[in-house]
Amino acid sequence: MLQTNLNHIASEKEFGEVINNNENVMICCGRMGPMCVPVYGVMEEIEGDYKHVTFRDMEFDHPDARVIRNLPECRNFAGLPFTVYYKNGKLVKATSSIQSMEQVTEILDKEFGKELINK
Amino acid sequence: MNDNNFDVIVIGGGPAGLTAGIYLARAKTKTLILNEGTVGGQMILTHEIANYPGVESISGYQLSNKMKNQAKSFGCVIKSNIRITNLELNSEIKRIEVNNKDVFTADAVILSTGGRSRPLNVPGEDRFKGKGISYCATCDGDFFQDKNIIVVGGGNSALEEAVSLTKYAASVTVVHQFDNFQAFPHAIEEAEKNPKIKFIMDSKIIEFQGDEKLEKVFIQNQNTKDIIEMNIDGVFIFIGYMPNTEKFIGKIELNKWGEIITKGNLETSVSGVFAAGDSIQKRYRQITTAVADGTIAALGAIEYLNEIKQLQKV
Repeated sequence: MLQTNLNHIASEKEFGEVINNNENVMICCGRMGPMCVPVYGVMEEIEGDYKHVTFRDMEFDHPDARVIRNLPECRNFAGLPFTVYYKNGKLVKATSSIQSMEQVTEILDKEFGKELINK
Repeated sequence: MNDNNFDVIVIGGGPAGLTAGIYLARAKTKTLILNEGTVGGQMILTHEIANYPGVESISGYQLSNKMKNQAKSFGCVIKSNIRITNLELNSEIKRIEVNNKDVFTADAVILSTGGRSRPLNVPGEDRFKGKGISYCATCDGDFFQDKNIIVVGGGNSALEEAVSLTKYAASVTVVHQFDNFQAFPHAIEEAEKNPKIKFIMDSKIIEFQGDEKLEKVFIQNQNTKDIIEMNIDGVFIFIGYMPNTEKFIGKIELNKWGEIITKGNLETSVSGVFAAGDSIQKRYRQITTAVADGTIAALGAIEYLNEIKQLQKV
């Protein structure tokens, strides 16, 4: 299990439930490595402000993480983490490798709309 | 004192900044740490730390969390993943604007912004990050099983990672801009005796190309200016680090490499502004040296605060 403060996805079944039962979902699939940890950090930081988005992580090496690893949109990815964004169960964006706060929030605002509560 | 007014603001939340936060907050100094990325700095880039005294083995992520929690336990306020949009360091009251809206003030500031991996800054580099270009062998090495890859650089990191990447790759070509390596002799020896490693010296990658992923690079010899095209699956870049000091240009004294110049107590050229960690001019950059810097800067800042209080009484 990843050592983050995010809620984890532990199985393919749970993955399906999360993306189908929530309108806007961001999942970071990685390890506890230097390119992954900053993305988890960004997600933890903004989770409270982006109430309309469900944030999850998933362990890259878990067999069930094939649901993300084997996505056609990730076929050319060669850098952890794989971060995927779902709207109403459909993949709308996927990124590879480290992402900054600005890059993540730009995607969230574009794909899911701005409902950010001002800090 | 309002909520946005602090005794000391620490800019940067790596080991230097967190240590400064621990010392300052424990001394009942109202302290704010502002950090543009994830707290921990480059410390979180380390999988295992085995040379931090008193701790036999710990991950960089865990150690940074311990330091963060320790600072918070003494009352230090930490704001991470923010963007510093303006700095006024030369006035008596230091003023720092965050995210173009919030303004924080303090009597003293400690700059501990650390450094970051140096990019090549050539066409295609951003586009193929995570799609063939990587800065972390331990993270991404296994994507290149039986592939042909390049490692860029000639220092210890480059040669050590080149050797480690031979566990996965069919071949590793080291591309280095000089005719000799800057790495320690044992790292050079290890790389040179590895049958999977080849070397292209005096050369630089000048462009990355591909469609949906990296497919080829163009390499230019620095002496002849000849350019070769090489089909490649991946490129790992290890050409050192650069200090995160762009925001301080023109505000404090920096050397030609952009490192902050400090005095013995780690005060910068500006009164009340101290600096610590990898962003300062120094020879050795370790977690332990950053921690030591953070301590000295914090104690210097406390002494400075006491001095200005004394002057105010007079």
